[in-house]
Amino acid sequence: MSIMKFAPEALKNLFKPPVTTKYPFVPFEYPERARGHIDIEIDQCIGCGMCVRACPSSALSVNKNEGTWTINRFDCIVCGYCVEKCPKKCLSAVPGYQEPEGEKGEATYQKSPEVLAEEKRKREEAAKKAAELKAQKANEQLANEGNKAK
Amino acid sequence: MGKRSIIPYGPQHPVLPEPIHIDLVIEDERVIEAIPSVGFIHRGLESLVDKRDFNQMAYVAERTCGICSFQHGMGYCEAVEHIFGVDVPDRARYLRTIWAELGRMHSHLLWLGLLADGFGFENLFYQAWRVREKVLDMQEMTSGGRLIFSVNVIGGVIKDITDEQMQIILKTMDEVEEELKVLQKTFLEDYSVQSRLHGIGIITKEQAHDLGCAGPFARASGVKVDMRKRGYAAYGELDFEPIVSNAGDSYARCYCRMMEIYQSIDLIRQAIGKIPKDNTLATPVKGNPDGEYFMRVEQPRGEAVYYVKANGTPNLERMRIRTPTFANLPGLCEMLKNTELSDIGLLVLTIDPCISCTER
Ligand code: SF4
Ligand code: SF4
Repeated sequence: MSIMKFAPEALKNLFKPPVTTKYPFVPFEYPERARGHIDIEIDQCIGCGMCVRACPSSALSVNKNEGTWTINRFDCIVCGYCVEKCPKKCLSAVPGYQEPEGEKGEATYQKSPEVLAEEKRKREEAAKKAAELKAQKANEQLANEGNKAK
Repeated sequence: MGKRSIIPYGPQHPVLPEPIHIDLVIEDERVIEAIPSVGFIHRGLESLVDKRDFNQMAYVAERTCGICSFQHGMGYCEAVEHIFGVDVPDRARYLRTIWAELGRMHSHLLWLGLLADGFGFENLFYQAWRVREKVLDMQEMTSGGRLIFSVNVIGGVIKDITDEQMQIILKTMDEVEEELKVLQKTFLEDYSVQSRLHGIGIITKEQAHDLGCAGPFARASGVKVDMRKRGYAAYGELDFEPIVSNAGDSYARCYCRMMEIYQSIDLIRQAIGKIPKDNTLATPVKGNPDGEYFMRVEQPRGEAVYYVKANGTPNLERMRIRTPTFANLPGLCEMLKNTELSDIGLLVLTIDPCISCTER
């Protein structure tokens, strides 16, 4: 047992630079894997809603027709489960924490109009094709029934 | 016989990091009896199983506690894995061990800092937390979160530690070991620290055993319990012995935790040396769990029990967490008897209370 065991260390520390950095004047360097917040490449999203069903804190919502993806960043716990679940891999956890805000709000991401128009065109095309196919089938059936009747 | 009075202690108190309330019955500055009450921060986390499926619960369970977060996630996942009967890939088992030991290191360093703060040694407190920061950096580098890892899933883990990262971890472990030796001199040998810890808050081996104490609190009283010896994760393949002290006082608790940090460093080195190289990190599970299981893991604060009951639906029927602090509360009340009022703050700290996970 002895006294003043820490004195040499304390003295040494007097002449060392501080270990803390002067944030925000010195920017903080995030490691590559840091889960700061969730980012989306909205144009890749197909609006399937897998992320919405996966989210443990119900922070997400999507609207397929309007092409929007909404996240409540104050509810999100950045667990990364949505990132795991997304079939298109358009979600990612990226460095940089959510900045403080005056009010809890939601962030909505909207697909660019071109992509949305393209999707709409495709949907309409598909619907048209389906309708045509259906009409064709119906015609065939009618013809078949007509043959049978003969 | 002096006059008896009751002094309420907590839930908000300068030395207490956690909201526990204790009614202290005192007589001439000596504590006769301590009556605890908890329940200030109940979150109803267990009942979330009704609303979240068993996969989501892995992320919820992890958020039971900010300090032993990884071990909570691991305890829950291992319980569900046992119900499914899946084998976790070897690499995932080792990764879990490495992360669990990193968690133990930072928890013990946090506690050492709080202890120093508790007996008024601010400088030592800063130094302990400075060392802890290095461990936190390792956690952030490997998992992406400083405290919450979110790497455990049912069947394994979702992130790998690359070879470069392992080298960085090994290098940091060397640094931490060096710095710890400096801190150890003060924590274990300095006169002023010893005068605050020696012979205070004694719990005998019999008492610790009878009151069901857990973790370093029990081991400091000579009870050789360590759930890691059950061999979950990769602990069965690593070489270690529980650290035990026989004194049972506050100094012994400080000693045990200090030595356990060295032990964790050693376990991490062993695990990194033995980790198998394969690419599968998780065994996929199919369907829903059906059955029940008790999982016991050794958290930094002691043994935590996970009881999971599943009924073949995505939502579990019941999940129950018994946290180590809950087991240590009877020991704490016994320990507080016959002590000086001025020691109470420090003594409550020595069990490393984590009331937030106790109340879930
Ligand atoms: S990271 Fe987790 S909490 Fe956040 S949106 Fe994704 S699933 Fe929800
Ligand atoms: S899971 Fe992916 S593709 Fe599906 S809605 Fe969410 S972000 Fe879009």
